[in-house]
Amino acid sequence: MTSNDAGLAVPDWPLSYGRLMPPMVGGIFYEHGHRMVATFVGMVTVILAIWTGAREARSWVRRLGWLNLTVVVVQGLLGGLTVLYFLPPAISMAHASLAQAFFCITITLAVVTGRGWIEEEALPAPAGAPSIRSLSLWLVGAVYLQTVLGAGNRHNAIGILPHIAGATGVMVLVIWLAVLAHRHYPAHWARHAALLGTVAALQTILGVATLLVKNAAMTAVQPMPDRVWSATTHVALGALTLAIALVFALRVCRRFPGSASAGEKGVSRTPEIPGLDFSV
Amino acid sequence: MKYSIHVFLLTVVLAIVACGKSEAPAPAETPAPAAETPAAAIDEATAATVMGKVSFAGTKPTPKKIRMDAEKYCTEQHSGKPIDSDEVVVNDNGTLANVFVFVKDGLGDRSFPAPSQPVVLDQKGCVYTPHVVGAMTGQSVDVLNSDETTHNVHPQPKNNPEWNISQPPKAEKITKTFAREELPIPVKCNVHPWMKSYILVVKHPFFGVTGADGSFTLKGLPPGDYTIAAWHEKYGASEQKVTLTAKDSKTVDFSFAGN
Repeated sequence: MTSNDAGLAVPDWPLSYGRLMPPMVGGIFYEHGHRMVATFVGMVTVILAIWTGAREARSWVRRLGWLNLTVVVVQGLLGGLTVLYFLPPAISMAHASLAQAFFCITITLAVVTGRGWIEEEALPAPAGAPSIRSLSLWLVGAVYLQTVLGAGNRHNAIGILPHIAGATGVMVLVIWLAVLAHRHYPAHWARHAALLGTVAALQTILGVATLLVKNAAMTAVQPMPDRVWSATTHVALGALTLAIALVFALRVCRRFPGSASAGEKGVSRTPEIPGLDFSV
Repeated sequence: MKYSIHVFLLTVVLAIVACGKSEAPAPAETPAPAAETPAAAIDEATAATVMGKVSFAGTKPTPKKIRMDAEKYCTEQHSGKPIDSDEVVVNDNGTLANVFVFVKDGLGDRSFPAPSQPVVLDQKGCVYTPHVVGAMTGQSVDVLNSDETTHNVHPQPKNNPEWNISQPPKAEKITKTFAREELPIPVKCNVHPWMKSYILVVKHPFFGVTGADGSFTLKGLPPGDYTIAAWHEKYGASEQKVTLTAKDSKTVDFSFAGN
């Protein structure tokens, strides 16, 4: 939608051209299509929150479900505001950034309600291995910040340099994590970290390509397909990078909650149980 | 050691955030004009004229093509073929069309009433017609939709209020005015992102847009020293000084160079 310059193809909100279903032509297809998908996601989020609230025993998970619903409602309002106020960069940036936060909460809900999480057993980190818990959490924060910086650049709120600096920072953390996982942790952790590294590297290359295509198409008289596809894929791959980093961090936090807490709770020090291995 | 890593990473994050700043310059706000007292009427007997042509120097650029395949109706209006963009239109006589020529300076504090006749901007064949249009502050701008498809009309001024209004087929014309002088105001249709136009708003009636012969005429100017400016969407602005005496008729030609 943004790449097709269609963000304001439907001037009104919450209706579209005063009705529920406008003619799906030109930019209206992208803008109203975005609203339709958003409505569907919102409805599913309502069901998820109610279901979690009714069936989930852990209070923090129930609260996470309601938080998710709150975020999707705020997200919808931000979407409406950015249309009504002609895409102010700050609101558009907040809309894009909150989308990633919603994505993170939804992923967290999916992970923590999965059988693997529930049956997972807390263990201390392998003997002599440095903790990767903090590093994996920092990485999630860094990738999220990077999506925020990318949104800022995409919506003309900030320049490209912070986003480039952010990419460098993320890659440093990803490599650091991959090296630690490879050297000190069982193979499936190293594979997960390697997957993260591969996707992050692809994302960096795609980011450079997107920038080159954007600069080449600067004088185009209309959105060009190569620009639309490169930018859209870059945004999607950014979200995938965030998802992989988040799942890694959640798994690390579950499996290796920290020596103090593990010791206090007297958790088992038995090796990993093969049946519980839900590595990617 | 553990905390020093956290402090280091936090410092890096803060540094990245801190170096992010907007590249877009803040628009210069021009206060809304107060109710002006019309200055003494211009003596028609002594009024002067400036005329001229805007020529194009260099190799005529190959027109950029517009693909309208985002909507079948639009494509059908042009026999299914891509059309030339109006971004750079070099006439057969070597002149440049769609150049806005106006008096930039020299009128002092004179004020002029807005004409009762509206400026018309039409949407026909999924293209804005005309591509460049001038208007006076306070003059009505009528936007028509002659197409059998829906458009949204979205001017993007910096010193006037922005608006974005949908206009279905056979809808009523949209009538708007711009209270402040502003050059240029880009107008776009987000339904059809190739549709672009420019409205240039000045406080006086001494302006024109070059057409198929690349010429312009500014009539009825009182004697005095003036700065005449020409603006083109791709090649920017150019200006010249001219002194007009009573009943004078002077030629001021402009030239824009292509790449």
